[in-house]
Amino acid sequence: MTDRNEAEPSAEPYVATTTQDTGTPTPDQPDGRRPLTGNMIIQAVTEGHSVVITILAVFVALVIGAVLIVASDPAVLRAWDSFGYAPGTALSATWNSVAAAYSALFEGAIFAPGTISAAFHGGSIAAIFYPLSLTAFEATPLILTGLSVALAFRAGMFNIGAAGQWIGGALVATWLGYAVNLPIVLHAVVCIIGAFIGGAVIGWIVGEIKARTGAHEVILTIMMNYVMYNFLSFLVTSQKLMQAPGQTNAVAPNINSNAFLPHVGGPPPQVGVGFLIALAAAAATAWLLSRSTLGFQFRAVGASPSAARSAGISVERVWVLAFLHAGGLAGLSASTIVQGQTSPLTTTSYGTYGFDGITVALLGRARPLGVVLAGLLFGALNAGGTVMEAATGVPSDVTNVIEALIVLFVAAPPLIRMLFRLRRGGGAGPQAVASKGWSG
Amino acid sequence: MTTLASPVRAPVTISRRYLAAGTFIMLGLIDIFVFGFLAHSGDARFALSLPGASPHLPTIHVPGALTAYVLGAISIGVGILRAVVDLPRWGKRLSIAAVLLCFLLSLLAWADAGNSVGPLQVVDLLQGTLTASIPLVLGALAGLLGERSGVINIAIEGQLLTGAFVAAAVASVTGGVWLGLIGGSLAGGLVGALLAIFAIMFLVDQIIVGVVLNVIALGLTNYLYQRVMSPYAATFNAGNTFSTLKIPVLGNIPIIGPVFFDANIFLYITYALILVIQIALFRTRWGLRVRAVGEHPVAADTVGIRVRWTRYRNVILGGLVAGIGGAYLTVGSVGFFTSDISSGFGYIALAAMIFGRWTPLGSVAAALLFGFSFQLQTELSILRVPVSSFILLMAPYVATIIAVAGLVGRVRPPAADGQPYVKA
Repeated sequence: MTDRNEAEPSAEPYVATTTQDTGTPTPDQPDGRRPLTGNMIIQAVTEGHSVVITILAVFVALVIGAVLIVASDPAVLRAWDSFGYAPGTALSATWNSVAAAYSALFEGAIFAPGTISAAFHGGSIAAIFYPLSLTAFEATPLILTGLSVALAFRAGMFNIGAAGQWIGGALVATWLGYAVNLPIVLHAVVCIIGAFIGGAVIGWIVGEIKARTGAHEVILTIMMNYVMYNFLSFLVTSQKLMQAPGQTNAVAPNINSNAFLPHVGGPPPQVGVGFLIALAAAAATAWLLSRSTLGFQFRAVGASPSAARSAGISVERVWVLAFLHAGGLAGLSASTIVQGQTSPLTTTSYGTYGFDGITVALLGRARPLGVVLAGLLFGALNAGGTVMEAATGVPSDVTNVIEALIVLFVAAPPLIRMLFRLRRGGGAGPQAVASKGWSG
Repeated sequence: MTTLASPVRAPVTISRRYLAAGTFIMLGLIDIFVFGFLAHSGDARFALSLPGASPHLPTIHVPGALTAYVLGAISIGVGILRAVVDLPRWGKRLSIAAVLLCFLLSLLAWADAGNSVGPLQVVDLLQGTLTASIPLVLGALAGLLGERSGVINIAIEGQLLTGAFVAAAVASVTGGVWLGLIGGSLAGGLVGALLAIFAIMFLVDQIIVGVVLNVIALGLTNYLYQRVMSPYAATFNAGNTFSTLKIPVLGNIPIIGPVFFDANIFLYITYALILVIQIALFRTRWGLRVRAVGEHPVAADTVGIRVRWTRYRNVILGGLVAGIGGAYLTVGSVGFFTSDISSGFGYIALAAMIFGRWTPLGSVAAALLFGFSFQLQTELSILRVPVSSFILLMAPYVATIIAVAGLVGRVRPPAADGQPYVKA
């Protein structure tokens, strides 16, 4: 998954003023004076661990998920009560419980074998691809918020504020969607751009405060999230502002049908234009990070703010611009939801996209291609989780636990190595983890 | 690893002294021109006793607009004083407190002036402020226990949530609320232990572990709630709660009694923990060692303090404290667990801790500010005041942004906060 061609800008020509030496595997300057905090995030997030670790992490997470499913299944627990004289029953009940849940998950996310045979007997071929289209649909907002968090990571910052930026984008897209009348394609485009700007403004505010005062972006973004949650509620509960006319519920007006993002291919495999926007945004982010001057500056500041400053890069400007772009991407995520479905904006529309974006970015190692793959994996788990809940009654929340566990295990390779007795690269001590260049 | 202090700090260009003075004067002008001018004619009434309480204090009547004018003038006076005289440290703090108090009182005067629904229940407002602050205070204490030893604890939210879940379940199954409290505390401690293991043993970025643990806690409690707790609610979610415990003599004092000494055990536990942690951190050898580990682990190690052990112990202790805060949300108040019952309190507690500059007493003050704004919103909606409660709810978060942006003095975390310690 690691893209080795995408080299980090080397900080070495400028290290004269810092204590950081990228050549040796010093994990940290434990004296507490190390000024390069962003670099550690970058290392923790972007350093490629092997694909093996990721696959094992997914496996362990699925096993723990299976334990959760079994341990809360009354039928299985009853079977285990009589384990002493009917051990076979207990084991088969356990197996059946897990198999039913996970096969429903698979059928809901990838494909259902039944649809293929149905297609041969006159059923629709499109139905085969229906689960995949649901996966793409679920993945769309996650990829975009994931890109938002990833972009900030690469500039050495932690964007917990994708939720607030999402709301910023959603408000602008919704307002442009119902208050303006434009022809069909133009209207959708204007709303998309508006959503980007709306999110970017919220991101910009955080970046600007950080640049001017040095306040930490984690606190700023968390606070900004709550400001935006309340601001959204304020707007959609006031008849004078954004509440739908004549409504007593906290809900914004429906947007014009001209502003909807069309679906490609027609039902049932509804790959929305939103998904294409997400892919395009990923490509654009990849270009920005690896090919543009600005992206180079982002990565230079992420690698070492002091070195970047010595090289003549305005660190403050990079913070502002990185947050501006990150906010814009989160705003795009809102656009795909607001314009991608028929239900209007409510006080809870932001869902968990912002925090899911963090886990997606972490699993994708803050690289655009990785984020797309991670977004698809989580989209698949979400889409499959809904089907699983309908088919077997296992609450779909278990997929959220599985997702977070995957990220936790991927972030802690020594744990996975310990579990599977892996010895790779030698010296699997804790020192090796945080060091640069470890774990191929 | 990441720290909550930014590595490259841009210089603050505007003089902080004039900025503070300007802010005070601006708040004073808001008192006068917003609350004073827009106040309905008529008196603002403040009821000092709950209905039916004895001894019953009279309800205070003050002219709404005039009160706002006077308070605004006081604020402007303090602002000018602040700009002209270089006040000592306690004077600066006092001036902030005075201006904030004026602002709140004129807000209340405006809100209640000429109101037909009834007087503002002052006791109710203060009581609610305190109880709303309990989970925030405990969460902030949990956070600072960890951060003083150098481990960032973003997982407070997850600790509150698991604490709330386990407390409700244990209390319901065993029928004992005390067992629920202990179970909730242990559950918070378990999340703390997970955070410690991943952050200290596996050196995973502490903010990342914290965020991920929160997601796991939310997913797990939602899953178990839907799968087990909700279908078998009679067994697992019966809604046991602590009863209130009135302190004999102190509880009868007007205003002070019902506010501070007539609540359930959680409020008293909170008092005790605030005191214990404040004294332990700043007046004992234990606290000196903890702070040494958080500020300069190498030096601490050199003189023989076990750095990693101190961090493990503190993070787990913090988890136990946050678990009590979680238990409060279920067995201490409503009794029943519901999905996402902590609803972001953990993140607000984190903000309160930073706002309070990593000290117990400061965190309490910040938590009370948040608690007050929650309760004020409730009171104003009872009085049907035509101001959107959401604007009011936004205020403490904006205040926190202003605080961390350095307008209320510099906020400085422990020097080694967030940095794992690896022996050279």
